Amino acid sequence: MSQIPPEGTTTAKEGSAPLSRRHLLGGLGAAAALAVSGMGMFTATQSSGEAPLASAAGTGKAGTKRQWAMVIDLKKCEGCVTNGKAPQCVEACNAEHFVPPGQQWIQVFEVEDGGGHKTFFPRICMQCENAPCTKVCPVGATYHNDEGIVLINQDKCIGCRMCMAACPYGVRRFNWDKPPNPPGAALASYSPEYPVPHRQGTVEKCMLCAHRAKDGKLPACASGCPMFAFYFGDLTEDLATNGKEVVQLSRLISENNGYRMKEELGTRPRVWYLPGHGQEYGRGIDDIRAPQTPRSWQEQGTTLDSVHQMDAKASAGGEAKK
Amino acid sequence: MSHEAELQKLEARVLAPLTNTSRAWWAWAVVLLALVVAGTAAYAVQLKDGLAVTGMGDTVIWGVYISNFVFFSGVGMAGTFISGILRMTGAEWRRPLTRFSELTTVAALAMCAIMPAVDMGRPDRLWHLLLYGRLESPLVWDILVIPTYLTASIIYLYLFLIPDAALLRDRLGENASRGRRRLYTALSMGWQGLPEQRKRLTRAGNLMMVLIIPIAVATHSVVSWIFALTYRAGWDSTIFAPYFVVGALYSGTAMLITMMYIFRRAYHLEEYLTIKHFKYLATLLVIFGVVYMYFTFAEYLTVGYKLESSDSALLTELFFGRYAALVWIGFVGGQILPTVIAAIPKTRTMEILFVVSVLANIGMWIKRFVIVVPSLSDPLMPYAWGTYTPSVVEILIAVGSMAGFALIITVFAKFFPIISIEEMAEGWEAAAAREPEPQPAPSGVLVPQPGGGK
Repeated sequence: MSQIPPEGTTTAKEGSAPLSRRHLLGGLGAAAALAVSGMGMFTATQSSGEAPLASAAGTGKAGTKRQWAMVIDLKKCEGCVTNGKAPQCVEACNAEHFVPPGQQWIQVFEVEDGGGHKTFFPRICMQCENAPCTKVCPVGATYHNDEGIVLINQDKCIGCRMCMAACPYGVRRFNWDKPPNPPGAALASYSPEYPVPHRQGTVEKCMLCAHRAKDGKLPACASGCPMFAFYFGDLTEDLATNGKEVVQLSRLISENNGYRMKEELGTRPRVWYLPGHGQEYGRGIDDIRAPQTPRSWQEQGTTLDSVHQMDAKASAGGEAKK
Repeated sequence: MSHEAELQKLEARVLAPLTNTSRAWWAWAVVLLALVVAGTAAYAVQLKDGLAVTGMGDTVIWGVYISNFVFFSGVGMAGTFISGILRMTGAEWRRPLTRFSELTTVAALAMCAIMPAVDMGRPDRLWHLLLYGRLESPLVWDILVIPTYLTASIIYLYLFLIPDAALLRDRLGENASRGRRRLYTALSMGWQGLPEQRKRLTRAGNLMMVLIIPIAVATHSVVSWIFALTYRAGWDSTIFAPYFVVGALYSGTAMLITMMYIFRRAYHLEEYLTIKHFKYLATLLVIFGVVYMYFTFAEYLTVGYKLESSDSALLTELFFGRYAALVWIGFVGGQILPTVIAAIPKTRTMEILFVVSVLANIGMWIKRFVIVVPSLSDPLMPYAWGTYTPSVVEILIAVGSMAGFALIITVFAKFFPIISIEEMAEGWEAAAAREPEPQPAPSGVLVPQPGGGK
């Protein structure tokens, strides 16, 4: 079993990096789980909300590619109004990526339901299969990686904003100003999967935490959500987890009347929504409390070091649990 | 008066501004140059501080620059196109118009080509288009087609300029500086007016005039597709390409009337640019105006009848909301009024047509703006409508580009005759050949209206 090479280590910049213990453990975990249950690609940790994905991303069984997807359960999303905090998904995202001020890569909207009551709607990048943005890019700076995530190469982007005009979900943001970068960012190794430091004059957006999936972790918004409303999963293996439970992705969508945003456009998003208004946490439809304004990474006092420390703690926790 | 005498008179009149520079010309050129410098300085500020100095934001991602881009591609479309069509159909009245028509196209396209680069977040990466350009992107179609049209228009302008350059080389003599004589000699490429040379020029000219028409149509079509290939309300339209083409013809024809009036007054070309030319161009303006309004009606009817939620929100803002003033001024002042006034025989005087043509282009600029901005401010998600107010930098750059357009034309007209002497002579010769009796003036040839063939 220990001979199974950790998959995906040949992709991108990871290629030459020495294998970490976590990678090895991840690979082992996947193999073991497969052997036992035949479907266990996720080893979920109950308490921390961190679910180290067993395989270190890349390929799953028999060389099939991971195809990442997200299901957002609106029954579980109460806009963080019941816990008296700003939407934690947004703050986690801001801290993880040092999202430039004025931008929100995940945005929580208040929308009206059919009966005229308010519900919450966290919107990330839809990761469309038929993505309007990647089609119109004149230089191929925005593209799908082989796991179906729409990325932007900010070293290639010319800042024409054609993709922003094309995106029907309004998820893309532009660095009009010189974006502040965290201390030490100059040393951080930039990649489209983790676009830090940020570059002026280029487009940015949610990239489904491609860098975290690679390390076997849930996206920042999913692990930051105290309500476990985000299910991150793989279409190839038809599995998803919110960090608390592991479910069959297709059943989760079907049994809960899942839908995709602006389905009629034919963009084939890889993000599904399960209708609801936060009822699982007791939010009634008459609750008129609006979400608080999320803090930027600077307001939260996040630095590169603190993110690294959080990561280290989380992965140490994950490993200890195994 | 024989056609030789006619020709001598034309030469004297048309070549005069090339050697005598008035104070007014200098004043005009200096004002234009100052505006261009101001625009360039504003761009330097933008280069230094980034697009944050503009009024654009994450909702309204394009503004004045892209409106200006569409406007100039429209103004530029008609000149060469109309010149090509008129040459192709052998319309004799084209002869005094072709030179400045083609010049308008070249100057407008030069400005048009600059605008997307000005709008880029990373102009330092312009070369990425060459390195990584993808044919799937509508933006790349523009980047291919607009320089093609610009190049073709320059060639087209230049071809019929060759005999005139030779004439300048031979006639100006000591009146011209050495540099100028060299310029004319180089540009004339050894033109002697030999039959073989004429044959070649005609062949090349015929080829270009046929080629130029589809390129012109393609130019404005690809500009429209930047918008129409997205999902946005107001842009997501199948008729956008022909709609833009007709709008461009309308706008471009109006610009020709404006230019004709100005050159007629400034260069004393009253005998050559007559009310007949104004009336003919006015007729074209009316035709394009009516077709454009028909397209406008078809465009808004098909979305306004069904009132899909996103279209409904946009139309409300356009016709009754925050953009209503602009939309109605543009529609009534820029489309209905110019078309109606240009159609009424009584109001078809040069002065009125000049005013109307300027109105039409102000209206078309507004129309470009209300195509670009409202569709972008229409929120795709449940958030507030975007707002956009152009910044000083954007306004300076836009004004600078207008001045640049005028400056190219002004400087060109200082070096080359604004009426093609060769083409006029050709017309007279052909007419003389048809009708050996020189009195009275042959039909189909332009002669001064008062006093027929003096």
